[in-house]
Amino acid sequence: MTTIDTGPNAADSLAHDASSDSAAVSLLVGAAAWAITTDHKRIGRLYTGVGLLALLATAALGVVLGVERADDGAKLVDADSLLQLFQAYRVGLVFAAIIPIGLGLAIAVVPLQLGARSLAFPRLALTGFYSWLGGLVLTMTALGANGGIGGGDEQAVDLFLAGQGLMIIGLIASAGCVATSVLTTRAPGMTMRRVPLFAWSALISTLGMLLALPVMFGAIIYLFVDHRYGQFNFGGSEGIRTWIGWGYSVPAIIVYALPAIGVAAETLPVAFKHRQVLRGFKFAGIALIGVTALAATTQQFVSAVTIDTDSETFIRGAVPFLIFAGLPLLGLVMSLGLGLLTAQQGLANGRPKIAAPFVFSLFGVLMIAVGIAANFVLGITDLELLGTSFEEGATLFVVYGAALGVIGGLIFWAPKLSGRVIPDKRVFPLALVGVAGATLAGAPMLIAGFLDQPGGLPANDADVSNMLTIGNIDQGVLWNTVSLAGHGLMALTVLSFVLLMLKMLTEADQPVDNNPCGGHTVEWGTSSPAPAQNYDNVVTVASPEPQFDMTYEASVS
Amino acid sequence: MSTSTAPLALPPTAARASRRQLLIGTTLACVAGTMLIGGMLAIWVLLRGRVVETGGRFPVEYIIPEVTTNVMLITIWSLCLFAQWAVYSGTRGDRAHAGLALAVTAVLAIAFINAQAFVYADMAVEIRADYYGALFYAITGTLMAIVIAGLVYTAVAAFGVLGGRLQESEVLSAHALYWYFTAAAYTAVWFVVYVTK
Repeated sequence: MTTIDTGPNAADSLAHDASSDSAAVSLLVGAAAWAITTDHKRIGRLYTGVGLLALLATAALGVVLGVERADDGAKLVDADSLLQLFQAYRVGLVFAAIIPIGLGLAIAVVPLQLGARSLAFPRLALTGFYSWLGGLVLTMTALGANGGIGGGDEQAVDLFLAGQGLMIIGLIASAGCVATSVLTTRAPGMTMRRVPLFAWSALISTLGMLLALPVMFGAIIYLFVDHRYGQFNFGGSEGIRTWIGWGYSVPAIIVYALPAIGVAAETLPVAFKHRQVLRGFKFAGIALIGVTALAATTQQFVSAVTIDTDSETFIRGAVPFLIFAGLPLLGLVMSLGLGLLTAQQGLANGRPKIAAPFVFSLFGVLMIAVGIAANFVLGITDLELLGTSFEEGATLFVVYGAALGVIGGLIFWAPKLSGRVIPDKRVFPLALVGVAGATLAGAPMLIAGFLDQPGGLPANDADVSNMLTIGNIDQGVLWNTVSLAGHGLMALTVLSFVLLMLKMLTEADQPVDNNPCGGHTVEWGTSSPAPAQNYDNVVTVASPEPQFDMTYEASVS
Repeated sequence: MSTSTAPLALPPTAARASRRQLLIGTTLACVAGTMLIGGMLAIWVLLRGRVVETGGRFPVEYIIPEVTTNVMLITIWSLCLFAQWAVYSGTRGDRAHAGLALAVTAVLAIAFINAQAFVYADMAVEIRADYYGALFYAITGTLMAIVIAGLVYTAVAAFGVLGGRLQESEVLSAHALYWYFTAAAYTAVWFVVYVTK
């Protein structure tokens, strides 16, 4: 029996064939080519594109909710819908933004970094995208119909749970494709020790998703069946928060930010024109951050430890605390320390080349670092930060930091993904606005947490009322006003970046070098943009940084 | 008049899937499935502990047909034996035996589903009546979904065998691995849901 596989670029050839037809038909065929593509670069861009739009909407929602919190008299939205809006905000931050943009960048870039000609199971990855997108639409529809956690409409609550389940299935499917790619499609000679750092961070992140998200999915199955048939076990719609609330907060979400840390690990050696020193330890540092997936698998989103107590209680609290909060912090310190060491050694090679991707990813990692450190502080019971806005601040630092890092990655790999070099001068200001936005959005929430401002994921109108009542908090209005300004700046950053991307895509093609950024890894050896099958010939790898070897080692010799 | 000739060649074929890609992908799926079933069983145990602590009975007054559930356990592990036989036959290029092994695997999977349906009918658990119903159908229903997915996997592997792709025995190995996972998952469910009272 003969079978014909139409190949990754079969859909793309449709668009080419229709080039002589009318513009409308061409547009239609082009859209269809994108809709059924099996080119991993396009699938990844679909994920990141929709994810960035969702992040923009979420940040705008953060502004609206910030106005409501900062001013008791504000009535921008109906009071009855605030519960659903707060939940849309949290769902948006995690399931509509941080996960898809990180996963999308991994889908787009990882096969290129591996020297592979395609992603493993690309059709499954595309199916995962549509499943995630459909689930997102269902979730938001349910929230709009008075569903969600503590929602008043029973059927809409069921729809919310179904939507969440559908999103998770899609994300698991796509994550499995990335992890399988790293494990099986590496170019000849690319051992696991030679895997680029971004691909490694994507592997850890996707493995973490494969461990954590099924646990949340299992809880959702119970919640759905129980809520639909009797509501005996889980406390009805308000009880949903108890069982899946951990999925929208630190430490569980830290594992989704790992691709952003991977982007920084790629761009820093490029900026300082030096190999990453002690790569093995860097691998270990990134993997230690991935331990936060355990927080989700155990459904223990807060690992409280009390300092002043008897030894048995201390140990029982300290062990999970050190696993869920201490190890990620240790991994981050290792990762940052090795980055500094690389930079310090790189300075011997002359003045570093500080490009926009490096600045974005550096700011992103620093924001994520604050979030991980805040997660550490959150677990210390004596500080009494549980249930306050401190948790929201930590979550915002992680999510917005990851967004900055991923934007840096999109700029860095733009030549390979779209065949365009994004000029630094166009995006440098965005990096500054972005880091200001992330800091202003998250830091006031941390401060307000110390001032006992209620926070977290609301499960009923009383929770919302508590979150809006900040009159008795010292300078509460100030901190919430600053935070909403931060959301606004973040929305501005994302909007500007999206518009810039759209503008550049409409500009005429310019010839681009294979390696305009001076990248070190194997993907910089193929043409820009990368062809549908990534490489014209099978590449063989003899080092973790083959392009660095060709550029610098050859010039030395 | 000269006419230009349009290229009529098909687009280039997709890159050949790397060795063991399907096996690794299935392994990751099994890991995710293990986390799914493990998480659900953990919630089951937690809720059962709460009921028992308050003096309640778990599983209320229902009588579990243990003979059937035990036969299901034997069935699912026997199924693995036949899935492994398919791997053995495929490796040796024995298409007839590989096909037979897959057919028996499918029959046993259907028998398993049939037995589960019998358990549902025999126990007659009412999903809306009390705290037990929703939990019971959620966990056993999820396992049924996993078994049905395995049945589909068997059909896909059988198409490969019937198509003569015996040299690509990776699909048979991955298929067998999936059934091992399913058997392990059912064993855990059998012990926690059916045996432990």
